[in-house]
Amino acid sequence: MTTVEQAVAAPPAAGALHARVTRGGRTALAGGAGALVVVAVLAVMPFAVSAADTTLLVNFFILLTMAVMWNLLAGYAGMVSIGQQAFVGLGAYGVLVLAMNGVNSFAAIPIAAIVCAAIALPVSVLVFRLSGGYFAIATWVVADTAQLVISSVTSLGGGTGHPVPGLSQLSPRAFAEATYWAALIVVVVALGVAYALLRSRIGLLMAAVRDDEVSARSAGARVMATRRLVYLVAALGCGAAGALLAVSQLQVQPGSVFSIQWAAEMIFVSMIGGMGTLEGPIVGTILFFLLQQNLAQQGAWYLIIFGSLAVVVAIWTPKGLWGALRQRTGLELFPVGYRLVTPDRADAPARPSSRRLRRR
Amino acid sequence: MQWVNAIVQGMVTGGFYALFACGLSLLFGVMGIINLAHGDLAIIAAYVAITLVPATHLPMVWGFVVVVPIFAVGGYVLQRTLLQASLDRSPFTTLLVTFGLSVIIENVLLEVFSANGQSISIGTLITNSFALNNVITISWFSLTVLGVAVAVLGALQLFLSRSRTGRLIRAVADDREAAQLSGANYRHLFGVAAAIAFATVALAGLSYGMLTEFAPTSGVTTLLFAFEAVVIGGIGSLWGTLVGGIVLGVAQQLGAQINPAYQILAGNLVFLAVLAVRPRGLFGLRTA
Amino acid sequence: MRPRWRSQLPGSVVAAETAVGVPGATVATGPGPGTPSGDPLLEVRGVTVYHGQLRAVDGVDLSIGAGETYAIIGANGAGKSTLLRTIAGLHRPAEGRVHLEGRDITSETPERRLAAGIALVPEGRRLFHSMTVEENLLVGTYHARPGPFGLAEVYSLFPWMTARRRQRAVQLSGGEQQAVAIGRALLANPRVLLLDEVSLGLAPIVVRRIYEVLPTLVEGGVTVLLVEQDVGQARRVATRLQCLLEGRTSLVGHPDELTADEIERAYFGVGGRPAPARDDAEPGPQVAAGGTQAGPGASAVVEGASVVVEGAPAVVEGAHGGRTRPCSG
Repeated sequence: MTTVEQAVAAPPAAGALHARVTRGGRTALAGGAGALVVVAVLAVMPFAVSAADTTLLVNFFILLTMAVMWNLLAGYAGMVSIGQQAFVGLGAYGVLVLAMNGVNSFAAIPIAAIVCAAIALPVSVLVFRLSGGYFAIATWVVADTAQLVISSVTSLGGGTGHPVPGLSQLSPRAFAEATYWAALIVVVVALGVAYALLRSRIGLLMAAVRDDEVSARSAGARVMATRRLVYLVAALGCGAAGALLAVSQLQVQPGSVFSIQWAAEMIFVSMIGGMGTLEGPIVGTILFFLLQQNLAQQGAWYLIIFGSLAVVVAIWTPKGLWGALRQRTGLELFPVGYRLVTPDRADAPARPSSRRLRRR
Repeated sequence: MQWVNAIVQGMVTGGFYALFACGLSLLFGVMGIINLAHGDLAIIAAYVAITLVPATHLPMVWGFVVVVPIFAVGGYVLQRTLLQASLDRSPFTTLLVTFGLSVIIENVLLEVFSANGQSISIGTLITNSFALNNVITISWFSLTVLGVAVAVLGALQLFLSRSRTGRLIRAVADDREAAQLSGANYRHLFGVAAAIAFATVALAGLSYGMLTEFAPTSGVTTLLFAFEAVVIGGIGSLWGTLVGGIVLGVAQQLGAQINPAYQILAGNLVFLAVLAVRPRGLFGLRTA
Repeated sequence: MRPRWRSQLPGSVVAAETAVGVPGATVATGPGPGTPSGDPLLEVRGVTVYHGQLRAVDGVDLSIGAGETYAIIGANGAGKSTLLRTIAGLHRPAEGRVHLEGRDITSETPERRLAAGIALVPEGRRLFHSMTVEENLLVGTYHARPGPFGLAEVYSLFPWMTARRRQRAVQLSGGEQQAVAIGRALLANPRVLLLDEVSLGLAPIVVRRIYEVLPTLVEGGVTVLLVEQDVGQARRVATRLQCLLEGRTSLVGHPDELTADEIERAYFGVGGRPAPARDDAEPGPQVAAGGTQAGPGASAVVEGASVVVEGAPAVVEGAHGGRTRPCSG
């Protein structure tokens, strides 16, 4: 982990005191090592657990990918999109169209995702004309339009959808494993891209302007370009999630892949876990699946409870559960921001172990 | 003549969309709230009507006498509690909270009333119509809804421009701090604005329930219609909302004339076209 | 209590004592020096206000008697506006209390304070932009206390307004908007009228015209607390002057008894260095002796970070060479 150090001139009255600006820490180092271990363990999971559990994990990866993307959009770029299901659906249909034309469904996943990003470019030109809540509903209209257009194409099965061809060639076991690994790759790449993006200069710029529309606009073209880039990346990620959805469910149905429920889930997961952190969506998604598994028999109640929890968290702990935890303990597994570490103050927002770490 | 009929029917429907949209417009204009639960609230109104009105032995068409006051009070209370708490955080939080509300409402309605479509039955009132010629017939009920929409917009305009409370609401919308310095209690005034907006939502929801079948998931569609009407007409303009509603209605009817499946799509495309060509809307005062 | 909460310029403490002629009194604590007879109408005790991390107002005391025209001066960022907004209830102080006629109003909302008799004309006029002139004034009447000022009185105070009352307020010039803002606040019939930088961005002639109405207000029983960057203007109209420097009081006194030199030092900090706690070698009495040297035309107009001394009399010229210098306040 890199640690940027710089002496900060303190007010003369308080006497000279050295403070450092840091982003890493021993916990972050542990976080990085831990992440590697977790990915390694997850990679061999299909050999250890049942097919049902593998499917559950695939769904977990799909939702986590969406949540990470939404978190990039809203938590960092300040853009509340309620229309990311447009790209989920288009990603799914991308796989369907490619598979119908003889492309291997797994190979179709990245292609479909890239197509989604390409579609997101002209869409961004339209929806970026609005901001705040109007931007949110405009993205929703776009998703609605996408669903209506796809539903009217009879060769894709119209409103009833179409099975994804070519997947029955694999044995059920091999198919489940391949799907699982594809999902794992997608989610790891999504997290990696988000992490890299947030640690870059772009991430700092976004963090600086995310809460302030006026300064965001006055900061000009660079911010707009950055926001557009984030929007494209989010479309790419959600497209990949949708493509996975098509593969894992073996068929595509417009009412399902374009469902507003995807938006609801990715938003609630990010809100509860904590926007503006990489850990937040992971925490939120785990919580979501725990709740969903335990309330599976009670119909839509899991979503009602989860939604209520999201509302409560949004008002009383806007930084989410992870944010609250981090505020209490200073714990950061994937640090993306900078913070000030002052050696003499007990109330410094860092743990003691991170103080001695210096850049070589 | 079929096309002329489509335009006439679209204009009549447009009044209904405007009725839907004016509450959305008011909440945004005064408090800066984009209420994503707006459509779902309208659907609640319809469900409240079919649940409560039979007990009062009033004819269904008078259901608004029961539902509108309930909604006005509910709007005031919701604004003073949950919405104000989220406004105190940020507009961003408010947006997410109303979205949360929308999902919660939709799923609670699903659990309580099932996904089956229902409608508010008002007997022959809904089928009564008059013929302009042998192609164009206009439903009396739809025309009444258009009349109600115009009346509501007019009353709202008059209230905001002439009454003491209306002026104070505008003062708070213009500059909250300056209004406070003039003695205005903005939390109360926000509550009043929300009460009015919720009352119009109730009216719109009841009209919707009488005009067509509704289900818990109808809220999303109606929200999008209301929002499209606001943006097409121009954000911040009450009468623009009426024009926006009419443009949307006409676009949808023309789309349906081409192919019934294109009704909603045509509306969305007109909305996106307006966004591309004239993002301030037809009568827009400010950018979104 | 932090040890530095009351650290003012030692020199100015002496100056104030000397100026007011109450040797034993400390500056601006409690019913401070210079208060006219009786209990103070408005009293601010040890108020500290933060803007985030920044301590914008730092332990300021203030005491105004009924009928006074009290001016707060200071450079940009000295905390004048913040102090005024705190008195009006727009900021909650971290420490200290605000009293109106002995009643603690520290935790009351701006609208409750208006009802109690405090009206603020905010910096930048802040008219309601969707409304006409008359509607702006009407909003001022909606929560008015009983008192001498009604719409007719405001229209007679600013005769041009009658003809233009149906115009949108945003179409008026800056000075006209300022007049409407004052009228709007006046219609509430306040006991204390707070004026925040009414001269900001206005031509001198326009400023003069706006200040011409002050005597009428005072006759109407209104106590005026005004914030000014234009020191000359403040000295002309005020019965008492308080200078803020980096959030703390650096000078209090009667304008007639303060020298331009004294005021300038309190305004910028001693020796041009913004270090208020620093000891000043110069003894106070010398300063007080020069009290009458500042002519009535003394005027130091301060805009932004630079100082323009216009028409300054010899004492200003002599003391500092009439130079224009940047001030990092």
